[in-house]
Amino acid sequence: MWRFIASRLLQAVPVLITVVTLTFFLVRFAPGGPFDGEKTVLPEVKRALEAQYRLDQPLWSQYLSYWGDLLHGDFGPSFRYPGRSVNELIAAGLPATTELAFYALLVAVVVGMGAGLAAALRPNSWRDYLPMALAMIGICMPTLLLGPLLVLVFGIELEWLPVSGWGDLPGDKILPSLTLGAAYAAYVARLTRGGMLEVLSQDYIRTARAKGLPEAVIIGKHALRGGVIPVVAFLGPAFAGLLCGSFVVETVFQIPGLGRLFVQAAFNRDYTMILGSTVFFAVLIVVFNLASDLLAAWLNPRVRGALRGQS
Amino acid sequence: MTEPVDATQEQGTSLWQDAWWRLRRNTLAVLSACLLLVMALACIAGPWLSPYGYEEQNLLLGAAPPSAVHWLGTDGFGRDLLTRILYGGRISLMVGLIATGVALCIGVTWGAVAGYCGGRIDAVLMRIVDILYALPFMIFVVLLMVVFGRNLLLLFFALGAVEWLTMARIMRGQVQALTQQEFVEAALSLGLSQRVILFRHLVPNALGPLIVYTTLTIPSVMLLEAFISFIGLGIQPPQSSWGSLIADGVETMEEYPWLLIYPGLALSVTLFALNFLGDGLRDALDVRAAKD
Amino acid sequence: MVPALLRLLCWSGLRARPLRRCPLGGLAAPVDMAARLRTALLLGSLLVLGACGGEPTRVEQGNRDGVLHVGNGTEPQGLDPHVTTGLPESRIQDTLFEGLVSKDPATLEPVPAVAESWELSADGRTYRFHLRADARWSDGTPLTAEDFRWSWWRALQPAIGNEYAYMIFPIRNAEAYLTGKLTDFDQVGVRVIDPHTLEVELNEPTPYFLQIVDHHSYYPVPRHVIERFGSPTDRFTGWTRPENFIGNGAFTLAEWRLNKHVRVEKNAQYWDADAVQLNAVMFYPTENIVTEERLFRSGQLHATNDLPTDKIPDLRQTMPAQLRLEPYLGSYFYSLNIRREGLDDVRVRKALSLAIDRDAIVDTVMKGVVKTAYSVVPPGTIGYEPPEGLIRFDPVEARRLLAEAGYPEGQGLPPLEILYNTHETHRKIAVAIQQMWKQHLNLDVTMLNQEWKVYLDTRENRDFTISRYAWVGDYVDPNTFLDMWTTDSGNNKTGWGNAEFDDLVLRQIPAMQSHEERLAGFRRAETILLEELPVLPIYIYATKHLVSPSVQGMPQNIMDYISFKRVSLEPSD
Repeated sequence: MWRFIASRLLQAVPVLITVVTLTFFLVRFAPGGPFDGEKTVLPEVKRALEAQYRLDQPLWSQYLSYWGDLLHGDFGPSFRYPGRSVNELIAAGLPATTELAFYALLVAVVVGMGAGLAAALRPNSWRDYLPMALAMIGICMPTLLLGPLLVLVFGIELEWLPVSGWGDLPGDKILPSLTLGAAYAAYVARLTRGGMLEVLSQDYIRTARAKGLPEAVIIGKHALRGGVIPVVAFLGPAFAGLLCGSFVVETVFQIPGLGRLFVQAAFNRDYTMILGSTVFFAVLIVVFNLASDLLAAWLNPRVRGALRGQS
Repeated sequence: MTEPVDATQEQGTSLWQDAWWRLRRNTLAVLSACLLLVMALACIAGPWLSPYGYEEQNLLLGAAPPSAVHWLGTDGFGRDLLTRILYGGRISLMVGLIATGVALCIGVTWGAVAGYCGGRIDAVLMRIVDILYALPFMIFVVLLMVVFGRNLLLLFFALGAVEWLTMARIMRGQVQALTQQEFVEAALSLGLSQRVILFRHLVPNALGPLIVYTTLTIPSVMLLEAFISFIGLGIQPPQSSWGSLIADGVETMEEYPWLLIYPGLALSVTLFALNFLGDGLRDALDVRAAKD
Repeated sequence: MVPALLRLLCWSGLRARPLRRCPLGGLAAPVDMAARLRTALLLGSLLVLGACGGEPTRVEQGNRDGVLHVGNGTEPQGLDPHVTTGLPESRIQDTLFEGLVSKDPATLEPVPAVAESWELSADGRTYRFHLRADARWSDGTPLTAEDFRWSWWRALQPAIGNEYAYMIFPIRNAEAYLTGKLTDFDQVGVRVIDPHTLEVELNEPTPYFLQIVDHHSYYPVPRHVIERFGSPTDRFTGWTRPENFIGNGAFTLAEWRLNKHVRVEKNAQYWDADAVQLNAVMFYPTENIVTEERLFRSGQLHATNDLPTDKIPDLRQTMPAQLRLEPYLGSYFYSLNIRREGLDDVRVRKALSLAIDRDAIVDTVMKGVVKTAYSVVPPGTIGYEPPEGLIRFDPVEARRLLAEAGYPEGQGLPPLEILYNTHETHRKIAVAIQQMWKQHLNLDVTMLNQEWKVYLDTRENRDFTISRYAWVGDYVDPNTFLDMWTTDSGNNKTGWGNAEFDDLVLRQIPAMQSHEERLAGFRRAETILLEELPVLPIYIYATKHLVSPSVQGMPQNIMDYISFKRVSLEPSD
């Protein structure tokens, strides 16, 4: 078990090296620098600015010193916001993004598993077709369309909910969470249905039924545990995906989260912020993939055995 | 993943006839295929047939709701929305097809080589795939577009580069399973060169899952393109893609909702059809593992 | 719900209107199926996300508490007046700091601030400022002439990276000091006579000096605080954080939540504190102007920073009392790279200018919000009247000139490309002009939009034929719009240079004593510019705001300047 975790963490090392190296050199190739402005900057001022951010040093030495800082957990100073560190910016954007991703995940799990279960219990009836058709819509309706449509209907036309913001007005978290969660809810519904159908056809369920156990116990106690394994395996990457993919929703709803900070940083050539958030996202992906594997293993005795066998 | 493989061997080409027969019975998939065909034809022919150019403005008209003259209305420059949607469809479909093609080329080659060679080469190649899997790709696509500017060719390549990983895994799995089969040994003993074996025998046999996965990759690539265009990167105006039309529509959705809803409809319906067709193909070819 | 959706599908009923005060207020609707469904839906969400209890809007609450809520464009990059360059930053800095003089928001005339009076020497080169004795920092420390001298020293250190340092260059030797030609700061024209008297010596008479001395580059900064947090020329110290901040303005920094808001509160130590009527001002980053407009309509903002142009026709109907459209001290133009073949011929440049129907652009694309530009300098800048008749729409003459230049019907003219930075308005105008040149001159001009930083880079390298550009005046004087076109100006990327123009702007006009003489001089200079046309003026900017009727003392002016200490809130409802 511990060896499994350790080996997975070891695997993350080349990932991070690749991410840092690729991003570091990629952003430097971008035309335009962080200090270009509409009005031409005096050459003396520009030189002084570049010296302050070490931009006057050769690229490889900047690269090495970035690693030096990174290993101390320091993402460096932001170019765009003088006086603020990238750590601080990430810390400022993270709560909104995490909260958004969490609510979206909640929507995905509650709605998705509910729909999937309903469908699996009555396969090939309208109770199966309806949620599955909705799930298909959820998968095919891109966030960038669903968000504005929800705003148009519920925010502008019906005026039930605020159209933007995060934590400023009551209820302003509902639409973004729904928007981001919808596609994932659809996937979860399909996975739950598939997983449940497979489990329900297994012998031990038939045995349980034959023994006359109440249906609720069969479903709740025996079938569900096996049926949700594919969902759990999906949730880890999904949460990472929610965190990284939230920038469209953050743009539509003006949420001051990490995704928007990243996109702004890319446009502003805030080198350190681009690097910092990319590395941060990569770490999140690694961590959540690992967590979901462990959770799936805990739920699935067979995989658990395999893990133990490995160690 | 081994089931369809067995079927291939026993039934030979009849697998394809069988699949075709099953697909035709799937009404939704057939409908989707027809719809896609119509959509593709409309996007190819529409801009030629339309009396308006996609960038032809009528500033005096401005944004007008749908009418007999402009069937889907006009945008803020008085440009005909229908023409722009059809033109945008060309770009979006092209991005979907070409980027998927790029992904297919890289993925199939990579996976086939890894699966066929095995051993250390396989380990190295697949470890690279594992590493790449953990990269925040969406972020890299954004960065690439920022760094190299809006460039259709780059967009094809960048999106293709995101999607080839799963292709490689599928291909490797298929090839690995197949190399242990007798007909490969037979081919080897007949003295066929390794390359011929790889591309004449192994690749065609692994085709089923690949077709399915390709059909499912096209919509996800189109979606990615829409994302990129939505945040203001992607294609160059006055060209349009569905993503950029939606992004423009969002800006004025309160005043001119048709500018959001029709391009949105075009994109959703196409994504719908592609997904249904993919599902249908998966069922017809009986490929279970390809979806995830 | 169904009728609402139907309305949506018929593309009607979507007009701008005040949004309901509590977005969840619909809960109290009469009981019908839709309402029940709605309640069920919402109750579920409310459990998670918190309830709405019929609270007053921010505007209503603000009117009661004397708190002004304004949209402020982007998130401020920082609040150190020697470090930042943007308008959102300077708007907040204007509340936190105060220079020697300040502006009357109605007339833009200089009014006493930290200096209660001043004298100008007979030769127009030396100002003597008398600082008021009761001027203090917000921690109670007295504010003296030495503070200004030290602050200007700091603003001129290259290490601080002050991109607006050139604003200080009218002061004698300031430029030489910044560029390192001079190392002794005592030779720069700033002298402390006594703690309350500051003497400033200029290179030459600068009629607009009292205007620029109000610029944030000239603001005093608290030495005793800055030095506590590190080197004075360090950009990264935390002295502008709310917990550390000390200023001398009418307000002081209370809260700064990244990407949420900046809150400034009344400064009790301010010399004129009795006159300050607001208790606090909240600045919100409102990058998306569509959202900003909605926030105003739902009663979340007293004033917007900007408005979407597409909304204006509608707002003219629905909110005429709140809508404020005023000319702004900014010019929108296309600059031509005259080193490119084709554009090096003045007849081609004239043809391009004559083929632009500026009125059509202003009326249709810009919805009549802005004014057609017949000059680079906005008319009315301190009484300036630009030359007439040089900018007009005449497609016949345009075709003739193009043919005369050797490119009949555009034949043989090297390809032209309009470069602009990615923005909806720039794109619309570029598309419109592209069509006009196609229609009137048969030119196939391509368009290239680049994202902001790339665009700046392309301009810097002069890698363009035609480029969208704009200039917003640093002060109200034609000089700020004309000295940028001199041959050696860093902002002149056209490759154009004219000895007569340079001589007028750089030597003759600065020596002129009378106001009328100067204006005539600028008129001559601009005539040269518009006859040579390295730049095609398109329109004069306008400010677009929605302002709540409860806001008093916020008159519109050409600089879009708000004097927050004079603003008050008088609830009318």
